[in-house]
Amino acid sequence: MLKLLDGAQTLGKGWTFWSCFLIVLAAALIYPAFADSYDVGNFSYFLIWIFMALGLCLMWGYGGMLSFGQTFFFGISGYGYGVLAINMGGGSTTIAALALAVVMAMIAAGILGYFMIWGGINGIFFGIVTLSATLVLAFFLGQTAGPEWHIGPARLNGFNGMKGMDPLAVGDTYIEGSALYYVMVALIVVVYIGLRMLLNSRIGNVIVAVRENPQRAEMLGYDVRKYQLLTFVIGSALAGLSGALYTSWGQFITPSSIGLPAAAMPIVWVAFSGRSDLTATLVGSFLLLFAFQTITVYSQQMALILMGGLLLATVMLAPQGFVLGIGKLVVDRWTGHRRGDTNAVMADTARLQSDET
Amino acid sequence: MSAELFSLFYQFADVFAFLILSAAGLAIVFGMMGVINMAHGEFIMCGAYVTVGLVRIGLPLAVAQGLAAVTAGLVGVVVEFLIVRRFYKRPLDSLLATWGLSLIVTQSMLLIVGSSITGIGTPEGSFAIGPYTFSTYRLVLFACAVAVLVGLYIVFMKTRFGVLARATMQNAEMARALGARTGRIYAISFGIGAGLAGLCGALYAPTMTLIPTMGATFVVESFVTVVVGGANVLLGTAPAAVFLAMIRMALNASYGQIIGQIGMLFAVILIIRVLPEGLSSVLVRRGR
Repeated sequence: MLKLLDGAQTLGKGWTFWSCFLIVLAAALIYPAFADSYDVGNFSYFLIWIFMALGLCLMWGYGGMLSFGQTFFFGISGYGYGVLAINMGGGSTTIAALALAVVMAMIAAGILGYFMIWGGINGIFFGIVTLSATLVLAFFLGQTAGPEWHIGPARLNGFNGMKGMDPLAVGDTYIEGSALYYVMVALIVVVYIGLRMLLNSRIGNVIVAVRENPQRAEMLGYDVRKYQLLTFVIGSALAGLSGALYTSWGQFITPSSIGLPAAAMPIVWVAFSGRSDLTATLVGSFLLLFAFQTITVYSQQMALILMGGLLLATVMLAPQGFVLGIGKLVVDRWTGHRRGDTNAVMADTARLQSDET
Repeated sequence: MSAELFSLFYQFADVFAFLILSAAGLAIVFGMMGVINMAHGEFIMCGAYVTVGLVRIGLPLAVAQGLAAVTAGLVGVVVEFLIVRRFYKRPLDSLLATWGLSLIVTQSMLLIVGSSITGIGTPEGSFAIGPYTFSTYRLVLFACAVAVLVGLYIVFMKTRFGVLARATMQNAEMARALGARTGRIYAISFGIGAGLAGLCGALYAPTMTLIPTMGATFVVESFVTVVVGGANVLLGTAPAAVFLAMIRMALNASYGQIIGQIGMLFAVILIIRVLPEGLSSVLVRRGR
């Protein structure tokens, strides 16, 4: 099992990488001891979105399926958590609500994915069909302001958003503050390690093979569609996890978390970071969320303009992603210098430029 | 009886016009270059704002609308030159680049112009058939949609540019080898697409509230029409709009706008399962 942690599909291996990983993890774990509770809350907020980014990285970077529908599943699960938590009552049932909300997102992904993947629609159409579904969900939820739109005692409330659900809790104690932060960190570690193992396993290799050349993978005897659907469901479930955690974090969700421009955000994080690697996505998304939040305090429009600019700059200057590109350059410089071997650097940069999907 | 029939036709015409006008520009760009212009909604917004601005300074509505479409078209040519041109070999990246552009434009407009500006009001004028009254302007929109289709047919089937454009669409390398200036054809096509988007915004400007994010109202309809139409947009877009308008009209009448939109989305999802290449693939096969 542990052998799967390192492999051809994920960057970073050996004791250097993993000791860096442990240092970052240790820093993350002792962080609450040195920061005030407001900052810890903010950090938890950034971590919420990481799942969605990792899910998109899996689908787009590894699976070659550019889904614009991350916020669709975010919304289904976010609203799902709200409705379930209100209807089932607070306390430990909120954890069941979280799990069920993610399952709802997975079912939705299964259905939508079945029609798209078995229909065999290609890259661009995959994007715009998922985006259409996302926008229709946002429009639909936007017009549910009237009192007739309720599920049990849960009012959907249109653009004003749904509120009044309990946050995650065990028994009578709410999971909040640094407890919530630790839950988030633990979940991220589990998801990150889990995805690494998945990608370096046999299944992960097939997922990448399908991205590289679906016909060839099919000729080799794999049912391409099943692997694509699996990738889509896992990636969307991670968006769902973000959604449910978001609703629980703020006890609030509105349709604006689903529609434009929210739908573009995961794309910006993953494109900027480098879609073809999990670690780059993890690091890059965190940095961007941090920057975005810092600027949003002054002007949300400015923050969104910056995100648009970054997306444009990424595709024009570094289609493989800035974080990944810089990271690779640094690592290659360092190892190349140590070995006195520049060929590896050249070969790697050449590969970076040539593999465009 | 004839009043009911006309009422049905009127509802159909209303949805059909909306679908054709919002999708035409996107479809031309997609059909020619295989690029989906994610900033399509922003060209629509551009057309609407220019129209309102020009009407405010005293131009007649129709003139303002014409100028707005031309403005959007020129902006389109500039955008093609600066951005889209680099991505013809990487269609997915062009999607991302234009989406980035769309974010920048909408948010800048929000910063500069503010959230909403006062509209100019729908041109009055209505007529009655039997017990029902109908707005004349809605029929004008339908006429414009038909005119756009006829115009595109003439441009692409009857002119020299059209021949070159279709040749480029079929095989750009070969067309270039035979002396067609494909770069210029792409730029003009993108301009036509942006101009049609601007026209859509100009025509609908009097009927709706103008906000910088108004483009989002049109993109779902334009996306689904292009998806259902399929790769051959000259052949597919109009039948796709007829088909979707039927569904939409039936659902709108009994359950309201939003259910109509959801129903249309479900129809599209079912269609891509059965006909992943859209209606045009069936039509092309029949034609052979």
